[in-house]
Amino acid sequence: MKRIEVIGAVAAQPGLVICTLGLPSRELYWLSDKPSHFYMLGSMGMASSIGLGLALAQEKRVYIIDGDGSLLMNLGSLATVAAHAPKNYCLVVVDNKGYGSTGHQPTPTAGRTDLAQLARAAGIEQVCAVKTLSELADCLDRHREECATIIAEADASSVDVPQVPLLPRGIARRFKAEVMREDNSSLKKPDASLRSER
Amino acid sequence: MTSPIDEAIVHCMLAEGIDFVCSVPCVMLAGVIRRIEQAPVAHIPVTREEEGVGIAAGASLGGRRPALLMQNSGLGNSINALLSLTKLYGLPLPLIISQRGGKGEKVLAQMPMGKALLNLLKAARIDYVRIKKREDLIKMKRMIHKALHNHRVTAVILMRTLWDEAN
Repeated sequence: MKRIEVIGAVAAQPGLVICTLGLPSRELYWLSDKPSHFYMLGSMGMASSIGLGLALAQEKRVYIIDGDGSLLMNLGSLATVAAHAPKNYCLVVVDNKGYGSTGHQPTPTAGRTDLAQLARAAGIEQVCAVKTLSELADCLDRHREECATIIAEADASSVDVPQVPLLPRGIARRFKAEVMREDNSSLKKPDASLRSER
Repeated sequence: MTSPIDEAIVHCMLAEGIDFVCSVPCVMLAGVIRRIEQAPVAHIPVTREEEGVGIAAGASLGGRRPALLMQNSGLGNSINALLSLTKLYGLPLPLIISQRGGKGEKVLAQMPMGKALLNLLKAARIDYVRIKKREDLIKMKRMIHKALHNHRVTAVILMRTLWDEAN
């Protein structure tokens, strides 16, 4: 699989998308720009955490497009995701075994490290490792109402696409308006403590 | 055990509308965290302060009013995300920071970050207030308000003397 194919398959799902910085955000923007997309421009490693906060704060489904290098920067996140396991959370890690935005220096997943095993060991129950687009589609479909992590093995190819031409505050404003849109009742009331959902 | 000062700190947070708290433990914050656990807010213990910054950013995009509880060493663990996520995107986040490495500190390793704290905040252009005694808590409320209503990162620094006085 190519990374852009994984990104396209995830972006086709109904829901909100948090996308890690660099080429993944650029490819997502180039494929289709929507108010439901949050393009990260900095803070490498934070995608899975931003997605967790968003999934806990409201009820719409949240897809996170992360990379192997950026997830490895924030492995503790897997443990926190497992502890809360919101059903509207789906982390999709494009594992191309390298830092694709900086010249493809290898990450530990090019060697002995297995992200799917790490996610399972962190306590996440629904974890799939996929190698083809049909496996990915099947996995997205099967876990559409569960807290899931999908490790999608991709090759090192990139598409030469321009920078995301949006200003960060504009991205945040537009995204937040989209989160609030349609169904305001989906926002959990402040007094609805998460404790009752654990 | 929670002391009256722990109660007062949590009261300040709730009164300003905080409804989503990420925390990394500190011995000075133990009572506050215990009290937060009983409060009608979401409490997410995180594995590292930077992770808390990310979760708080997501919560704020989802319509919540977050805060991050940590000791001052955690500022070092989170400063890139505070600047290139929270600040860059104009999201609100009050940091509630216990000040270690000051007068009466018994742990030598707390001293370097303790001494650097204010300069780090200044360099990052994060507004802060130091809370030394109970009467200062009104300033804590103002600083939380500033973060939430002006979409800023601000810092409330809780000094050891705050608890000494209560004892």
